[in-house]
Amino acid sequence: MPFITRNPILRETAHTLAPTTLLYALYVQFHGDYGPGGGFQAGVIFSVGLILYALTYGLERAQAVLSRRTAEVLSAFGVLLYALTGVAAMLRGAAFLDYSALAQQPLSGQHIGIMAIELGVGVTIVGVVMLIFYLLTDTGEAG
Amino acid sequence: MSGQLLGCALLTLSAVAAVIIARTDNLFSAALLAGMSSLLVAALFLSLDAPDVAFTEAAVGAGVSTIFFLTTIAATGRQYAYAPSRRVPGLVLAAATGWLLFYSMLDFPWLGDASLALHDHVARYYIEHSAAEVGPPNVVTSVLASYRGLDTLGEVCVIFAAGVGVMIVLGRFGHSGRAGQSSRRGEE
Repeated sequence: MPFITRNPILRETAHTLAPTTLLYALYVQFHGDYGPGGGFQAGVIFSVGLILYALTYGLERAQAVLSRRTAEVLSAFGVLLYALTGVAAMLRGAAFLDYSALAQQPLSGQHIGIMAIELGVGVTIVGVVMLIFYLLTDTGEAG
Repeated sequence: MSGQLLGCALLTLSAVAAVIIARTDNLFSAALLAGMSSLLVAALFLSLDAPDVAFTEAAVGAGVSTIFFLTTIAATGRQYAYAPSRRVPGLVLAAATGWLLFYSMLDFPWLGDASLALHDHVARYYIEHSAAEVGPPNVVTSVLASYRGLDTLGEVCVIFAAGVGVMIVLGRFGHSGRAGQSSRRGEE
C-alpha cells in the first residue's frame, strides 16, 4: 500500500481536515439555495473528504465507511431520486419536474423539489467519484 | 482596470503552466501543474463574478481530477515516453487552432455588454421572475434545479454513464474483478 502515510504532520493534518471537509460538503449541499454551490460541488467535496481519509488510513478503512458496492448503489440511487421527484410532480397533476405541485404553496413545492433533486445530484456524484477512485486504486495494487 | 490586470496575470500563469505541461516528461509535475492551472482558472471565474462555476472548477479541476491523475500515475509510473515525431504536426495544429480562436475573438462583444441579445432573452426573465416563481436567492440554483431541471437530469445521467463506463473498462482488471476471476476459476 503506497498510500498510508507515516508522516505525523500529514496524518494529523488529514485527521483534522477529513471530517471538516465532510461537514463543509453538507453545508454546501444544503446551503446551495442561498450561496454558491449545490449538489454537484457538495458531492465532489464530500468525495474529496473520503479520498483524503482513504489516502491517510488506507483503502480498507475507507471501504469500511463506504464500500464499493455502496458506491455503485449510490450512483444509481441519485439519478433515481432525481427522476422520481419529477414523476412525483406528474402524479400530482403537473408537468415532469414541475416542483410547484409538490406542496400546497408553489414556493414551498419548489423548495422541496430543489432540495430533493440537489440531494440526488450529490449522492450520484459521491457514488461515481468514489467508484472511479476505488477502481483506479484497485488496478494500482496489482501493478 | 485592476480586474483586467488580474485576468491577464491569471491567464499568463495558466499559459505558462500549459507550456510546461506540454514540455515535461515527468507526469507527476504535469498532474500537479494541471491542478494549479485549474485553480488559476477558478480564480479567473471568481474575478468574473461567477462563484458557482469557480467553485466547480476548483473542486473538480483542481481537486478530484488531480487525485485521479495521481492515482493513475501511482498505478502506471511517472515517466512519459516522449514521441518526437508528433511534435511538428502538433505544433502546426496548435498554431492553426490558436489562429482560428484569435480570429473568431475579433468578432467577440465586449465583456459584460448589457445590450447583447444574449442578456435580453431568458436571462432577463430568470433574473426578474426567479424570486417570485422559484424562491432561492441564488438565481443560479433556481435556473439549474428548476427552470432547467430537465437539463440537469440529463447531466446527472451523463455522470452516471461515465461511472458505469469506467466500471466496465477498469472493473475487469485488478482484484476488483473478483466475480470475473472466480467464474473463470470455476470454469477451470
